[in-house]
Amino acid sequence: MIVASPKSITELKSIISGHKKVLFAGCGTCVTVCLAGGEREVSIAAYSVRMARRLERHPVEITQITIERQCENEFIKELAEPASKVEAIVSFGCGAGVQAIAERFPDKPVYAGLNTQFLGVLEEQAVWTEKCMGCGDCMLAHFGGICPVTRCAKRLLNGPCGGSLEERCEIDSDRPCAWQLIYTRLKNIGQLEKLEAIVPPKDWSTAWYNGARKVIRKEHKV
Amino acid sequence: MNELNREWKGSGGSTPGTGADPQWEPEILAFCCEYCAHSAAALAGSKRIQYPTGVRIIPAPCTGKIEMEHILEAFERGVDGILVVGCLEGGCHFLEGNLRARKRTERVCEVLDEIGLGGGRLKMVNLSDSMASEFVREIHEMLKTARALGPNPLKSKQNESAGDI
Repeated sequence: MIVASPKSITELKSIISGHKKVLFAGCGTCVTVCLAGGEREVSIAAYSVRMARRLERHPVEITQITIERQCENEFIKELAEPASKVEAIVSFGCGAGVQAIAERFPDKPVYAGLNTQFLGVLEEQAVWTEKCMGCGDCMLAHFGGICPVTRCAKRLLNGPCGGSLEERCEIDSDRPCAWQLIYTRLKNIGQLEKLEAIVPPKDWSTAWYNGARKVIRKEHKV
Repeated sequence: MNELNREWKGSGGSTPGTGADPQWEPEILAFCCEYCAHSAAALAGSKRIQYPTGVRIIPAPCTGKIEMEHILEAFERGVDGILVVGCLEGGCHFLEGNLRARKRTERVCEVLDEIGLGGGRLKMVNLSDSMASEFVREIHEMLKTARALGPNPLKSKQNESAGDI
């Protein structure tokens, strides 16, 4: 899922400082699961910003709504009526959600209420880690299901760098060495011979370095 | 919980700058776990231990059920101080509701400091159901803190809305 983290109340307040009627829009999918932009988090942000503005004698009227998904027009429709009554929208969706809403309401300022971080998983309560950077050319089959492109700090494709210490990455001792994980995993599943294959340089043209990407599935297109 | 919170309108009796008013009594909410603090409050009553009438007890099934929004809404409505009273650590009926409540309470304190209302207006304490005198002592401590901080500045602005701008 997409993992995001909330912006500070100070930053949110600054973002909407020029508006008196604002819609705080939450998203019920990824950012709800990562406790950043769901109904509860939107509510906390709304109370906090509203109180902060009242304390500054510059009150703001904040309307809240959380829709199922901000990245699909079908769901964004629900924002049309509340959006028509406000000066600006703060989207508590990921970056895709913010931009989808901005495209849907071209005459309305739309601001991001979150900092979108990465594609990751929940490791334990309230701890998420990055697992995928969406390179567009998945190589997980070569590496026992552990992605060195995302999880190795140096993105090495043919073995570890030699800098790891006690199975931890030299960049950050909290981070496991991706290549140690790959070795252990391949050993456990009896595929150690895969390490003998030389992996050619990665084709990065499928990644975002080539600009914003687009996926078209002809078989589903109408 | 939300319904209980929504019933709280605040008396709106004080205005900013009246902190020195000897008549002013802070309005305090005490979110009390039904398994410990609520019983402690009841015991304090049975023992005729007095505490000011400006304290409103709100029972909760567990402090872990008290969401950050409940606390923030109460402050927005103008209460001067909030006490969250949960079971002793290790004694939560739901195992770790009180531990979660403490983390949430600390987060709300940070928010209150950030927006300028003052994190000191919110405190969490852990008590057992037999600690009536300690409960009353904590209430007095919170009252003392609220008096030192003065009235919640949002109280006088209760009628303000964007429409009044």
